[in-house]
Amino acid sequence: MSLRTRLTRIWEFLIEKAILLAGLACVLFVVLIFVFLLREGLRTFSHISLGDFLLGRKWYPISSPPRFGILSMICGSGMVTLGAALLGVPLGLASAIYISEVAPPRLKEVLKTGIELLAAIPSVVIGFVGITVVVPFLRVAFDLPTGQTALAGAILLSLMAMPTTVSIAEDAISSVPRRYREAALALGATHWEYIYRVALKAAAPGIVAAVMLGIGRVIGETMAVMMVTGNAALIPHSLLQPVRTMTATIAAEMGETVKGSDHYAALFAIGIVLFAITFLINFVADSFLHRSRVTLR
Amino acid sequence: MSDPAVSTIPPGDLPIPSDQPAVEVDQLNFFYGDFQALKDISLSVEPRRITALIGPSGCGKSTLLRSLNRMNDLIPGVRVEGTVKVLGSDIYAPEADLVALRTKVGMVFQRPNPFPLSVYENVAFAARVHKTARGAAMDELVERCLASVFLWDDLKRNLRKSALDLSLEQQQRLCIARLLAVVPDLLLMDEPCSTLDPAATQGLEDLMGELAKQYTIVIVTHNMQQAARVSQDCGFMLLGELVEFDKTENIFENPQDPRTDDYIRGRYG
Repeated sequence: MSLRTRLTRIWEFLIEKAILLAGLACVLFVVLIFVFLLREGLRTFSHISLGDFLLGRKWYPISSPPRFGILSMICGSGMVTLGAALLGVPLGLASAIYISEVAPPRLKEVLKTGIELLAAIPSVVIGFVGITVVVPFLRVAFDLPTGQTALAGAILLSLMAMPTTVSIAEDAISSVPRRYREAALALGATHWEYIYRVALKAAAPGIVAAVMLGIGRVIGETMAVMMVTGNAALIPHSLLQPVRTMTATIAAEMGETVKGSDHYAALFAIGIVLFAITFLINFVADSFLHRSRVTLR
Repeated sequence: MSDPAVSTIPPGDLPIPSDQPAVEVDQLNFFYGDFQALKDISLSVEPRRITALIGPSGCGKSTLLRSLNRMNDLIPGVRVEGTVKVLGSDIYAPEADLVALRTKVGMVFQRPNPFPLSVYENVAFAARVHKTARGAAMDELVERCLASVFLWDDLKRNLRKSALDLSLEQQQRLCIARLLAVVPDLLLMDEPCSTLDPAATQGLEDLMGELAKQYTIVIVTHNMQQAARVSQDCGFMLLGELVEFDKTENIFENPQDPRTDDYIRGRYG
């Protein structure tokens, strides 16, 4: 074997292993983060039961004795997320339909780029717009003592979920095979009848996945929400009340806590709850995406 | 079409007067951008017969077929000159109603294209869109249409099954059943057997024979034997021209044009 081929072989071997390591590193980081989260957070449950933690109504982390109940934050996150879904899903779905089925090709490109650009705006900037525009508007429009409400968070988050929802739903609708459209039109259906009787049904798994991934994005979002929702750790009764989300709690309190304290561990425990929720949502979305690939083969 | 009573009339009972051609094409020129796909085509299709269009790939036979229900409208940049009359009305007239046209002229595609819905919903599709039947009338319509294509006995216990799980032949039959639910007069078939095996092809050809008792059928095929087996009238196309159009036996046994003769004898195509 010549020196040259031997060198080539060694080089190939090194490249291959380097790529393998890079791939493994991603998995390793996820595992490390997860282990770290568990190690720091699970301690909480040695002095408070999981039930008391999840369903406790009081969050007084630095009084004595401290109270670590996160129900108000779960409700806060839930309400903001639900509101964002109610606002964002119809809008996102409508724009996905418009982009994939109705828009002329050039407008389609412009709209797709525009919506994807929305994902590039830092969330603190969206939060800034929320504070200066949305919050005062809500205060005046609904005659509230403060505009910093769950609704303000929901409005911003529906915007932030839009890029994910629209681009995945648009992909799903666009990948409905052309032959279905021909078949529907040849049967005397109008374009709209084709869209809602065939295209939306054929793309349904992909659309569900789009919505789930949008929601997953919304639950994990921190900055914009923290800026506009008022952050009162109370169980909200309407969208027009201030709420505090799980993410905002972690972000706001982590800097003020003593490392290794019970409060510190409790914040990590909130992180575990968040992780579990987003993991579940992504898992469900992924299985729907997989199903859509099967039906649209 | 809004009268629910329409659905109780069996398909094909809205007869075309036998003295009137089902389709009259007069000096049709068809362009994809700058490319002229059809050149000066004139022909007339008689009702309740099977008319076959044959010719080598790219001769324009599918384009001609698809211009009879204006499916070519979906392609950007097409241009049409000349007139096409279906059941007496000019379908390229500015006031022509595309939805009404497509309820009179149904189309079966080369590749079976059932919707990714259940068997039942596939057949019910047209009646739902045109609001011609629901409830018990819908069940009856679905049964009758499936029976017309001889699928009812096989599928009556599986009406909720996804149409995508059927065999290709069953899918193509289902597509025809779905079409019959529209109560069309004219059926256009664009190489309906090209994805099927010989046994399935035989089955579908028998079905065409049955359907031709009630419907007018125009079929495009590049299988000459199929044209000879199923059709009564036959047109031979080459490079966008209709070279010869006559009774099928004349085309195959006594072609007038040397180009037809060459094609029939397998000298090209």
